[in-house]
Amino acid sequence: MTIMRHTRNSTGTADPPRTDTRYKRIAAAMQKHHRRPDALIEVLHKVQDAFGYLPMEAIRFVAEQMRVPPSRVYGVATFYHFFALKPKGKHNCVICTGTACHVRGAQTIVDEIHQHLGLRPGQTTVDGKLGVQIARCIGCCGLAPAVVLDDQVLAKVKPGELVEILRARVGGPR
Amino acid sequence: MVDKLDEIGEQVRKQEHDYRLKLLVCCGAGCLSSGAAELVEELKRAVAAAGLQPEVGVVPTGCMGPCNQGPLVRVSPDDTIYEKVTVSDAGDLVDGHCCRGEKVRAKLLFNEAGETVYERASDHPFFKLQHRVALEHCGVINPESLEEYIAAGGYRALHHALTGISREEVIAEIKQSGLRGRGGAGYPTGLKWETVYKYVHAEKYVICNGDEGDPGAFMDRGILEGDPHRVLEGMAIAAYAVGARKGYLYVRAEYPLAIKRFELAIKQARAQHLVGAQVLGTEFNFDVEIRVGAGAFVCGEETALIASIEGRRGQPQPRPPYPAERGLWGKPTLINNVETFANIVPILLKGGEWYASIGTAKSTGTKAFALAGKIRNTGLIEVPMGTSLRKIIFDIGGGVPDGKRFKAAQTGGPSGGCIPEEHLDVPVDFENIVKVGSIMGSGGLIVMDESSSMVDVARFFMEFCMDESCGKCVPCRVGTKQMYDLLDRICEGRGTEADLALLEELAPMVKETSLCGLGMTAPNPLLSTLRYFREEYLALIRRKPEAAEANTPAAD
Repeated sequence: MTIMRHTRNSTGTADPPRTDTRYKRIAAAMQKHHRRPDALIEVLHKVQDAFGYLPMEAIRFVAEQMRVPPSRVYGVATFYHFFALKPKGKHNCVICTGTACHVRGAQTIVDEIHQHLGLRPGQTTVDGKLGVQIARCIGCCGLAPAVVLDDQVLAKVKPGELVEILRARVGGPR
Repeated sequence: MVDKLDEIGEQVRKQEHDYRLKLLVCCGAGCLSSGAAELVEELKRAVAAAGLQPEVGVVPTGCMGPCNQGPLVRVSPDDTIYEKVTVSDAGDLVDGHCCRGEKVRAKLLFNEAGETVYERASDHPFFKLQHRVALEHCGVINPESLEEYIAAGGYRALHHALTGISREEVIAEIKQSGLRGRGGAGYPTGLKWETVYKYVHAEKYVICNGDEGDPGAFMDRGILEGDPHRVLEGMAIAAYAVGARKGYLYVRAEYPLAIKRFELAIKQARAQHLVGAQVLGTEFNFDVEIRVGAGAFVCGEETALIASIEGRRGQPQPRPPYPAERGLWGKPTLINNVETFANIVPILLKGGEWYASIGTAKSTGTKAFALAGKIRNTGLIEVPMGTSLRKIIFDIGGGVPDGKRFKAAQTGGPSGGCIPEEHLDVPVDFENIVKVGSIMGSGGLIVMDESSSMVDVARFFMEFCMDESCGKCVPCRVGTKQMYDLLDRICEGRGTEADLALLEELAPMVKETSLCGLGMTAPNPLLSTLRYFREEYLALIRRKPEAAEANTPAAD
């Protein structure tokens, strides 16, 4: 087996700072699973917990440590919707677009966010304060249309309401 | 070992005996999002302030059902449910109901103007017409307490299986019950168990499929959050019967509370030797691990799910070989859905014959449904198989709100279809629902009213399938994209009759040639809406304004 050497990443910076506590947490998670390749998804969850997304250098770090090709880690990371390869916002608003939310007007909410805040699903404001995502179904169908703002579920969101809540949350219009 | 179960049960019952009243607070995901956790604390404070400790207990529970009326408080044993109870209502509720013995009428469940208000919740059609088996403990016991589960009869079925009867007898009981897979396909559970049992191998696995990916379905979430030990016990019994020593719960990352409660359940059960080495003092070893999914609908398909547990991209494999023969790491593997596992314990306790007496001849037992969409009482319900859609939607669900007309019920999610008004009397079971062009599915039931465009619904599901297609086989990867584009054109008023003809040619092709269930069923919502609502497609093609108008679903 070829053991890859961790050299330089695409942005040209050096090795990830192994003193960074976030890398230590990820290393601990890998250790817990004895670096078995089948724990890859579990480990990527930990990476996303630590960084909020999957930075390229963390993907390389995981690949090297778990002794799997980086292409496989990248392949898994891009296959699953839950993993983000770009940083999310400081505040994140996830609009549920499941069936119940759809028939109760989720699209209107998505359109409003675009109209008033200029953000489409998957985008983050330039200052990184607010990110907007969509979810397939968060299982709160009885509360449709539902939105998750910073891990808090907002139920039966009315037209116009969310834009105001978001403005208040990030402070100011953008 | 059973003495220990008795002892724990007895302790809880003794404490229960001390309670004059119990305030059960629904802490399902829905109610939590409307402030149930704060309500629990406030009720405790109010009870203490009124000097009612320890005669009045405050207990957090799993989902009670009527999600849009939350937060809910059930007073036991009075069988009274209060709705939309806020922190500021806590004092009045304790003062009124607990101190003075007067019901707080303004807060009684379903007290809308012009409606009959029921003092006893179980008299309300929403509850009266239900038959709860899998959801039996949801909303009744504290899901985070192993002791309460044991007091409610928990782990007796496992004990019975391990010490009282043989593995073959366990399987015979499940076969006799007629239980069929609740994930949607309806494959006989007993037969599946027997197949895995028959493969001789030192290593076998049991997997609980909690990857409830259908948008609009939340039954498994309700069960995992409301009664995690029931699922764990069901898995342990299955493992014993088929000869497995290791189990996995594969659960969606979108369900953090379910993950947390199941993790806790495993920890508690391990401490009491209900899972782990030498379960209940026998030779049987069984350990469980949780694997958190990462958002891929296709992982509900069993071979894709296995790939995901193995840490790979969730892409399906051609079957055979079935997982029963070669599953996780190439070993014989039993995969059942959460709700299926939740039905195992009552079957062993009350007998397969009892279970088979509920429901219809070919679809025995009960089925949980998640009611959502344009329906008054949204939430989680469980009814005997064979209950008519009309009864579910109008009697239990309270019909369509805002004086609107019912248009269609969507079952089976992206793999299912839309059932129009003319078929409302169809008994909901595995066979009959297929006859009207839909499928049972896992239990999501979304109601559409006259303002919903059925072409938009078809486009919605096609977009979903297009997005979720894993890309492995061409018919699904390319076919769903082509069908989506055609549907989008029609929705936007740019479609032609030639597009419609093309859709009708493509749909059966994708159905017949796709590798897995995702592609094979992706055309279903399109086909069923074409079957019943063809005029909506034609109206859009001929650009009739009224049809185009209903095309964008308006917010409530």
